[in-house]
Amino acid sequence: MGNDALSAEQATLERVDYPAVQASPEFQKLRRSHRSFVFPVLGACLVWYLAYVLLAVYAHDFMSTRVFGSVNVAMILGLAQVVTTFAVTMWYVSFANRKLDPVAENLREEIERGEFEKAGAAGTAAVDGAEETTR
Amino acid sequence: MTLHFEAATTSPGEPWLNIAIFGAFVAITMVIVFRASRNNKTAADYYAAGRSFTGGQNGSAIAGDYLSAASFLGIVGAIAITGYDGFLYSIGFLVAWLVALLLVAELLRNTGRYTMADVLSFRLKQRPVRIAAAITTLVVCFFYLLAQMAGAGGLVSLLLGVSDLLGQSLVITVVGALMILYVLIGGMKGTTWVQIIKAVLLIAGAGVMTVWVLAMYGFNFSSLLDSAVEVAGNPAILDPGLKYGVSDISKIDFVSLGLALVLGTAALPHVLMRFYTVPTAKEARKSVVWAIWLIGIFYVFTLVLGYGAAALVGPEVIAAAPGAANSAAPLLAFELGGPLLLGLISAIAFATILAVVAGLTITAAASFAHDIYASVIKKGKTEPGAEVKVARRTVLVIGVVAILGGIGANGQNVAFLVALAFAIAASANLPTIVYSLFWKRFTTKGAIWSMYGGLISAIVLIIFSPVVSGSVTSMLKTEEIDFAIFPLSNPGIVSIPLAFFLGWLGTVLDKGKEDPLKQSEMEVRSLTGVGAEKATQH
Repeated sequence: MGNDALSAEQATLERVDYPAVQASPEFQKLRRSHRSFVFPVLGACLVWYLAYVLLAVYAHDFMSTRVFGSVNVAMILGLAQVVTTFAVTMWYVSFANRKLDPVAENLREEIERGEFEKAGAAGTAAVDGAEETTR
Repeated sequence: MTLHFEAATTSPGEPWLNIAIFGAFVAITMVIVFRASRNNKTAADYYAAGRSFTGGQNGSAIAGDYLSAASFLGIVGAIAITGYDGFLYSIGFLVAWLVALLLVAELLRNTGRYTMADVLSFRLKQRPVRIAAAITTLVVCFFYLLAQMAGAGGLVSLLLGVSDLLGQSLVITVVGALMILYVLIGGMKGTTWVQIIKAVLLIAGAGVMTVWVLAMYGFNFSSLLDSAVEVAGNPAILDPGLKYGVSDISKIDFVSLGLALVLGTAALPHVLMRFYTVPTAKEARKSVVWAIWLIGIFYVFTLVLGYGAAALVGPEVIAAAPGAANSAAPLLAFELGGPLLLGLISAIAFATILAVVAGLTITAAASFAHDIYASVIKKGKTEPGAEVKVARRTVLVIGVVAILGGIGANGQNVAFLVALAFAIAASANLPTIVYSLFWKRFTTKGAIWSMYGGLISAIVLIIFSPVVSGSVTSMLKTEEIDFAIFPLSNPGIVSIPLAFFLGWLGTVLDKGKEDPLKQSEMEVRSLTGVGAEKATQH
């Protein structure tokens, strides 16, 4: 039973005009907002991490400065790495939930409804749509 | 202080108690594996657990897969003996997850089915790319496996009081046989449950010990540090540089290691495969978030446990104990809670090795059966059930290879083997993963050059590095043979940029173009989740 539904869906997907989806303004917006978040944020995190590694290796005296009690700068910066990792994780999740998921879901539904079928295959879209809802 | 020396000269605790606690763990997980395995019919069930796990479950399993013996025993020991430099491992291992979260997890879940090669060969030429990806997968898994099996041997000498080589080999064989059984019967579902249980036990165990240690110092971290300095007799253990600050070469070596750690995680095949066990990309994202929290909290514990071991057990006692640095965490457990806590922590350490080994084995088996047997040899035309049958046979072969390799590698440096696996993964896999997801122009030639170039350069540099020859602490254990022309012990700083460069060069020089339709399909699918593999229904 699961197989029938799957193959019907497969058939719909085979007729999807992917270049048309790719060129659509909605998809371009999704791609842009994904990349313009992911690349700069990851870049910044890697730079921050490398700075920490280089400080640990080459700025020994600075890292050994005691801040309070025996806790030194190295430990504070190490824990700061953990904190920023957690913070970026939560930031990305909230960004993805707000900005990426709604657009992606919308597009997926449009594609699965057959709105991006290749020319000449439009007639069967309704059948597949019905199949989709009964599944 | 007399207690310390007793603990160092013989095996602390009660070997039979240790065995009994470990036996209980095996019995409970076996029952769960049997129950979980009732629906293991199709390839999706066997490799991807029917894609039925939730983000939280999978995140815990990822933590269980990732926090290997090297993380627990290795890092605690490294902090106890070499001080702050050990903690740098923790940070690298954690920050690395941002690469997986931001670049890889969701896109991979949307475009692949079972293995890393599914994604890499999506829009390139199937045959050569799949073969290359399967080879890098098998090599990375092999080195990672070897590290875990070698760790098992070392652990035994301390925990069970088995010090002769034959006894240790026997224990490695038992660990290997158990692992084969889990994977053979349980498939990905069974493996996942073992990893979840292990992750809970490991993090809870480390948490209890952390609170206990802090409580002994009135929850004042600073006075714990003071005590560690006093026992070690060396205030430098609080500062970076004790191990890696020695010379200019060792400093560059550390930067190289840091690079391999942070870029390796998102390219480890057994980590990537875990993203297929959830129903959607959103759940894949949730898994990484769970994993980051669990792993991050655990690594903060390692800081307390490491200095705790330095303060309460003492670096000299740890270094003299059988298993050396690896025994820091178990000795600290003995110091805190006597034989019972030692038994519990030891059982958890064994469970750790078992769970990681099972995850690696199923990844390697899936890669061979799905990428090489089904896609390349049979060209995608396999009989129903044949692929899973081949996967199960591969599990047996890998199990035997791991046991033999583990016996051979017994006594080798565990951290070196793991760092090697990270460096190879970052060099051989990461450039191709990133290029094929984000660079439209990328071609088959670029992928092949990058994967083989990264793999071969990493391995060749390791062979000619000080870890293999030239000193008594090297693999060859003698100063007589010395072909260490390459001065660094981690090749990452050379091989990772080289692999990225080769991927670019191969693509630019490639006169052919890849199918633009496939590129469109991959990009649309990776971002929207259209046509992504769904959870199987039973």
